[in-house]
Amino acid sequence: MQQLNEITQQALASVAQATTLQQLDDLRVHYMGKKGQITEFLKSLANISPEDRPKIGQVVNQAKETIQQHIQQRLEHLKAQELATRLASETIDVTLPGRGTEQGHLHPVTRAMMRIEDYFSQLGFDIISGQEVENEYYNFDALNTPAHHPARAMHDTFYFPDGNLLRTHTSAGQIRYMEEHQPPLRMIAMGRVYRCDSDVTHTPMFHQVEGLLIDETVSFADLKGILKDFMQFFFEDELAMRFRPSYFPFTEPSAEVDVQCVMCKGKGCRICKNSGWLEVLGCGMVHPKVLNGAGVDSDRFNGFAFGMGIDRLAMLRYQINDLRLLFENDVRFLQQF
Amino acid sequence: MKISEKWLREWVNPTCDLQSLLNTLTMAGLEVEGISPAASRVDNVVVAEVLDVQPHPNADKLRVCQVNVGKETLQIVCGAKNVAKGVKVPAALIGAELGDGLIIKASQLRGVDSFGMLCSASELGLAETSEGLLILPADAPVGEELQDYLQLDDHIIEISLTPNRGDCLSVNGLAREVAALTKATLTPVVSNAIKPTIDAILPVKLEHPNVCPLYLGRVIKGINSVATTPLWMKEKLRRSGLRCIHPVVDVTNYVMLELGQPMHAFDLSKINNGIHVRLANSQEQLTLLDGKTVVLDDYTLVIADEQKALAIAGVMGGADSAVTESTTDIFLESAFFVPEAISGRARVYGLHTDSSHRFERGVDPELANKAIERATELLLAIVGGQAGPVIQAVEKNYLPVKMPVNLRLTKVNHLLGLDIKADWVEKNLPLLGFTLLNQKEPNSWQINIPSYRFDMTLEADLIEEVARLYGYDHVPYNMPTATLAACPKSESTISLRQIRQILAARDYSEAITYSFVDPKMQELFDPATKPYALLNPISPELSVMRTSIWQGLMTAYCQNEARQSLRVRLFESGLCFQPTEEGLTQQPMLAGLCAGPAYVEQWGIPNRLVDFFDVKKDVEALLALRHDTDPVEFVPTNIPALHPGRSAVIVVGKQPIGYIGELHPRIMAALSLRNPVYLFEFFLNHLTAAQLPQFATLSKYPSVRRDIAIVVDQSIPVDELKQTFYDVCGDLLVDWQLFDVYQGKGIADNQRSLAFGLTLQHCARTLTDIEVANCMERLVTELNGRFGAILRE
Repeated sequence: MQQLNEITQQALASVAQATTLQQLDDLRVHYMGKKGQITEFLKSLANISPEDRPKIGQVVNQAKETIQQHIQQRLEHLKAQELATRLASETIDVTLPGRGTEQGHLHPVTRAMMRIEDYFSQLGFDIISGQEVENEYYNFDALNTPAHHPARAMHDTFYFPDGNLLRTHTSAGQIRYMEEHQPPLRMIAMGRVYRCDSDVTHTPMFHQVEGLLIDETVSFADLKGILKDFMQFFFEDELAMRFRPSYFPFTEPSAEVDVQCVMCKGKGCRICKNSGWLEVLGCGMVHPKVLNGAGVDSDRFNGFAFGMGIDRLAMLRYQINDLRLLFENDVRFLQQF
Repeated sequence: MKISEKWLREWVNPTCDLQSLLNTLTMAGLEVEGISPAASRVDNVVVAEVLDVQPHPNADKLRVCQVNVGKETLQIVCGAKNVAKGVKVPAALIGAELGDGLIIKASQLRGVDSFGMLCSASELGLAETSEGLLILPADAPVGEELQDYLQLDDHIIEISLTPNRGDCLSVNGLAREVAALTKATLTPVVSNAIKPTIDAILPVKLEHPNVCPLYLGRVIKGINSVATTPLWMKEKLRRSGLRCIHPVVDVTNYVMLELGQPMHAFDLSKINNGIHVRLANSQEQLTLLDGKTVVLDDYTLVIADEQKALAIAGVMGGADSAVTESTTDIFLESAFFVPEAISGRARVYGLHTDSSHRFERGVDPELANKAIERATELLLAIVGGQAGPVIQAVEKNYLPVKMPVNLRLTKVNHLLGLDIKADWVEKNLPLLGFTLLNQKEPNSWQINIPSYRFDMTLEADLIEEVARLYGYDHVPYNMPTATLAACPKSESTISLRQIRQILAARDYSEAITYSFVDPKMQELFDPATKPYALLNPISPELSVMRTSIWQGLMTAYCQNEARQSLRVRLFESGLCFQPTEEGLTQQPMLAGLCAGPAYVEQWGIPNRLVDFFDVKKDVEALLALRHDTDPVEFVPTNIPALHPGRSAVIVVGKQPIGYIGELHPRIMAALSLRNPVYLFEFFLNHLTAAQLPQFATLSKYPSVRRDIAIVVDQSIPVDELKQTFYDVCGDLLVDWQLFDVYQGKGIADNQRSLAFGLTLQHCARTLTDIEVANCMERLVTELNGRFGAILRE
């Protein structure tokens, strides 16, 4: 029995010192294998009396179990150690930059246009872009602005030798739309417009959005409502608004609209020239002559129209401080949006 | 228009302070653009009388003056030529601070004590330039602060008037409006008819009464040619932004500012036998007041004498008949010109004058007589002389008639979204000079329009007046009500938004370039097309309409390259303008540009310059949006902008839908570019025409992959090999890849090795090894037969 104890103690000590899975397996064979020490020990007990056998057998089995348990524990320990070593060796620097292609960027004016489109298409406005080379009829005459009207001088128009011109406003699209669609109708026209003017605050090409809604009961209060709602949608802010009487040949009554300065919230700053207000759009009730000229019965229908400079909206939204940056296409600028 | 607050308050003086007055104007549609002090504040500058002037002992140009400044008499050394005993001038006392920061101290000038400074107008900030001391009127009270005496604590209000409100281009007109808005009392200047003291007249003939139905004139003889414009008038003109020219001209300008009637004064001696208001003869020449000689066209109305044109009517006078320092007799003009006749005339000659500005917008015909009497009154007071009777040429039938306009309360409330009551309208509209006449229908009026409102012809015009008086701010905010209606949106049209997002995801940034480009760049890209050119470009570099977006993108690329941004990937969409025999087409296009390193510099990926096939993949990503089962072909092409061996037209069916390629080396050289540039462009309408995806049954049976490497002449396009795969394998071929292209060692010149992976699958059963082997064998045979391709060992 003492011999068994010695074998067991020796086995446990060896197991505890094993450092590889192979050593452990060798130990298992050495002690528990067919020719292992425990087996040999059992064989050496061949002359034991049959009465003692069950007791002895039990003791031997216990010893085997103990050794087996230790081997198992050691095995798990060594596996865990091995995994830990592997994981440690496989560690990467997760702060290395990612590989592959970069992302491109949409132009800030496009971003603003998409926002405008999102708002008005939700309300069922048709979205059009229209043509940019126009004739005098659609750009001026049909909009109640006959030749030599002083309002034409407000637009520095680019002309072509054949008498065509580059549209000075997206309002030109209004007439074509009214000619092609029956009221009630609602649409916005967005795109490039052109005026022969270039300085710090003017570029010869810029972007406008024109809105038009014609129906049987449309009022100036409706116009105020939708524009305020739009501005709050666009800027995601409860901005105060101010409607001032103004003049456009194609609307009557007409208004110019100021929103509370988005930079200083109306306190007065460089952007709003200390007025607290930003002039952002012109609007009004469609002039009866414009409706009639486009084949809409102005006794039955009326409507409102509005026009906004998209570039200015984009500048205010993204805090761009120089209009000219929009058309310089400097990649360092474009990559910011 | 600039106007002095004090001048306005002489006519109407509401109790409100300046800020709320300005707000009232702005909110009534008379937008206040700016406000500035009439003069910088000058303290310690007083009205002084020069009592004695003695020469300076040590300086020829200086004088030693004894000056009464009210409380005391001071010795002041002065260098001005016009200092004289007895004149009244402004004296800056010790401690006074003048506009430019100069502080007056007691000092010695060449050894003589001086206790102040006598001032010129420019030193006080009252003129840009001036010669000598500012001589004050003889009745100026000695010792009074100049600040008070000249009412310098005034403000200049700058108002931006819309073209419809020509009636507000005067103190008279603005005051009328302010009175209506604030309900303050209007106190106009009234001048009585001046009794003629001589009977000199000049015959006036209206040859075109339809454009000039009313012309008043008056002769004034024997004016004092050395008279000067009084300081009060000079100050009012200055505060309105006008320069002083000559007392007679100053008076006509003053009356224009005060009443709104542009006037003109001729030197009577230069007029040959009477006035003709006629159209210019073709090619007639006239040298204008500004010294410019113009050749008149025969649409231009002129004021002429028997021989020649003297002035462009309502725009500008001629130099020859202008009033000068030697003028003694004058002829005053106060006329009415129909706005349409003056409109645009000034611009034809590159002019824009205070007069044309007003006549284009409409001047009240009832003003002409008031103005000529007022001007006469002022002239007699300032330059003296003898006035003749008012000469009146009038064709009453041609004078504008203001038609009454009907106004219905229901329409007012309907259009504005309000609930105004009839008595409100009846109480408020008359404030603006309208008279209301009740009509049979209840709550409806016939409204008479005052002669100065040229902008009131329709009910809508009057409704705006109601809204202005009611206050735009008092109209409620209300969301419109409409019948729900969705806009149709086809699923087989790709939106520009999707295309933009794909390109942005593939590392292209969106550019917006001008639609007009440099003709040199245009010529470089598209020499065969004569572009649509602007008549009045903003600059020669922006003078022709682009026929392709490439021109603008290339310009943007060059600018970025100059800024050391070498990796440039841009796209843009927009119209291009192609002149054709049927006329101009305005075609929506989408274009991209790609140049520089294929990747941003990074670890782990060897960098290289971008090439054709990188860009082709981007183009294919766009084409994939179309879900079109028709094959897309890249057919070698030859267009001037692109490298003939490295460019393709993109064809679907038989329709070319775009181009792709490397920038032509000729253009690279012309633009001195270092790296190759790749370009693509699509006709947007073709690119966006998509098909609905159509589901194809998924096979449940295993697929088999076979790799095959062949050596073939390098001129054989891969497209043709691919076609052969399909011809041979038919529906079994479900996918193919080209996974290696090799030229070099082991491969003969002009040959290349291509390695393909083919995936075969049957939709209804498992393919047998024999079937696959047969198929591959036939393929090899066919490739060899068609192209001489041999299997690479």
